Amino acid sequence: MDLYAALTVAWRGLLANKMRSILTMLGIIIGVAAVIIMISIGQGASAQVTSRIASMGSNLLMVMPAASFGAVRGAGGQVNSLTLDDARAIGELPLVQNVAPEARSQVTASFGSRTWTTTVNGTTAGLQAIKGWQMTAGAFFSNDDVDRAALVAVLGPTVVANLFPSGFNPIGASITLNNLQFTVIGVLPSQGGGFGGADQDDVIYIPITTAQRRFLGQGVVPNSVRMINVQAQDTTSLTAVQEEITSLLRQRHHLGANQDDDFRIQNMTAVLDTVAAATGSMTLLLAGIAAVSLLVGGIGIMNIMLVSVTERTREIGIRMAVGATRGAILTQFLVEAMILSLVGGLIGVAGGIIGSKVVAMLAKWPTVLNPMAILLAMGFAALVGIFFGYYPARKAANADPIEALRFE
Amino acid sequence: MAHPVIQLKGVTRVYSPGSNQVWALRGINLEINRGEMVAIMGASGSGKSTLMHILGCLDRPSSGQYLFANQDVTRMTPDRLARVRNREIGFIFQSFNLLSHTPAWENVCLPMIYAGIPRPVMIRKAMAMLARVGLKGREEHLPNQLSGGQQQRVAIARALVNEPSIILADEPTGALDTRTSIEIMALLQQLHQEKGLTIVIVTHEPDIAAYCERLVRIRDGQIIEDRPVPEPRLAARELAALPVEED
Ligand SMILES: Nc1ncnc2c1ncn2[C@@H]1O[C@H](COP(=O)(O)OP(=O)(O)OP(=O)(O)O)[C@@H](O)[C@H]1O
Ligand SMILES: [Mg+2]
Repeated sequence: MDLYAALTVAWRGLLANKMRSILTMLGIIIGVAAVIIMISIGQGASAQVTSRIASMGSNLLMVMPAASFGAVRGAGGQVNSLTLDDARAIGELPLVQNVAPEARSQVTASFGSRTWTTTVNGTTAGLQAIKGWQMTAGAFFSNDDVDRAALVAVLGPTVVANLFPSGFNPIGASITLNNLQFTVIGVLPSQGGGFGGADQDDVIYIPITTAQRRFLGQGVVPNSVRMINVQAQDTTSLTAVQEEITSLLRQRHHLGANQDDDFRIQNMTAVLDTVAAATGSMTLLLAGIAAVSLLVGGIGIMNIMLVSVTERTREIGIRMAVGATRGAILTQFLVEAMILSLVGGLIGVAGGIIGSKVVAMLAKWPTVLNPMAILLAMGFAALVGIFFGYYPARKAANADPIEALRFE
Repeated sequence: MAHPVIQLKGVTRVYSPGSNQVWALRGINLEINRGEMVAIMGASGSGKSTLMHILGCLDRPSSGQYLFANQDVTRMTPDRLARVRNREIGFIFQSFNLLSHTPAWENVCLPMIYAGIPRPVMIRKAMAMLARVGLKGREEHLPNQLSGGQQQRVAIARALVNEPSIILADEPTGALDTRTSIEIMALLQQLHQEKGLTIVIVTHEPDIAAYCERLVRIRDGQIIEDRPVPEPRLAARELAALPVEED
């Protein structure tokens, strides 16, 4: 009996009981579709997060204070090991293109009778270049403004929306921050939500010198900054820049050879790796849950095949009486199980593709269809078919021809 | 010179359901030559079906020797036995044993599928064989769309299609009325006479046994009589003489 004959025999066997065949396939269809949809949701999320992080720049470093033995702490317990002078020194390094320290504080802004509580962020002109901001209106402040500790402010879109009547041009307007008069000179482009739902547009940027003098409490360390953004000339010089900064800061902070760094340097690639690992394991979890439903589908196949083998005992006896070998019977039932799981798998793939598009449309969640995931789901379905089809098929093949013929 | 297709020497078959033993066959010695038409008779439970299953290679003797075409069946592997059933033996059952939901022609194809015959040849042969047993035009009918006699004709076509050396029929007319029984016997007699087909028929009815050339009687698993039938009846002639039944 060749493969074609085996396929025809199995196909006829399935057609003889269409409803049962379809119901059996349903388990596999749902399982395969679920695997594909889940993986595409997971990968969609991962792709979105990754691209957002990548858009922040892969040649960026963030230098942040870190606790170390003997480090100086501020009143809130935060470490104040980095200063504006550290930032300036980093800016002198040959491979560094831009540098922008940040120091922040909560303020109440008001314009006329309107008030709005927000974050004021002191920085230098370099931040605009680092973030690649195209201003919506006006301009970012210059290094000259920083040197003069000018009373100028650049507003995020959320602040503009809450402080001014709609349609009002804020450029040139005079606002007060904690009772101090500032002139608005620019409006930032919208950056969307950050991680954890924080609104990145709800912020006011002012020169860092102004911030330190007017808003930050008289800290233990004068000129302390919260972090320093550093832009390397290109991605390849990232490691070199990191090493230069480390030795520079250790020297400036007078750290001995046996002392730990009192700062840490984070680059976006590392953040990217962490996030990728997190979303990867989320995808795996989703796929795992979906795979369980595929497994349940497989058990469904075994269940129905066992019933089918019992129901068709007489058929098996007849086939054996006219010369079917055990191998031929085994092949027939195995091929039936495989047709069920493969056809079910194919329908499931179609369902999964459509389903993930529907999810993308309805939930506004980007989904990424991965050919590997589709192949994986199909392969798994076929495997489930063989694995769960084998036991019933062997049961059929081991039937005694006479007892099978007598079966009512 | 006689050519034995079947040689049984001291064949026994013991069933042991639970603790007790049932001796269905107790030392059967039997030779059947090519071209014979043999009837096996006996009371219910005498072991006729058990004997037929052994002859048909569906079952094996508990002891004794069975030579089929001079080959020892007791030493054959299950696959070899399946091959013998496929090529050398045609089985006809009392209950027809056709595949339901399967058209007549596909039922006839069944033995050819397992013989590895190419599909076009297979279909051609099945159609020819159905015409031969008088079922031209009924090829696409399902078993439940055919009368008992027609179903048995499909079964005969299936038994013949691989040109076996022997036909084994276990009460082939047991489920049929008298007229249809004679029709089936006429068909078997015709095949026997035209092609010299070897046929073994198990039956309860002396009337059916009378169409055969040799009569073997068994009781309690032993052969008690084995004799030629002096003047076998001719089914075809009787059929012509029968009045046409009104419906
Ligand atoms: N599978 C089995 N297990 C146990 N005993 C069996 C089995 N098959 C047959 N027997 C016994 O063997 C004996 C012979 O049975 P067999 O079916 O050969 O009789 P038979 O001559 O064909 O009867 P019938 O004319 O009613 O068909 C009977 O006593 C029966 O009970
Ligand atoms: Mg019987």
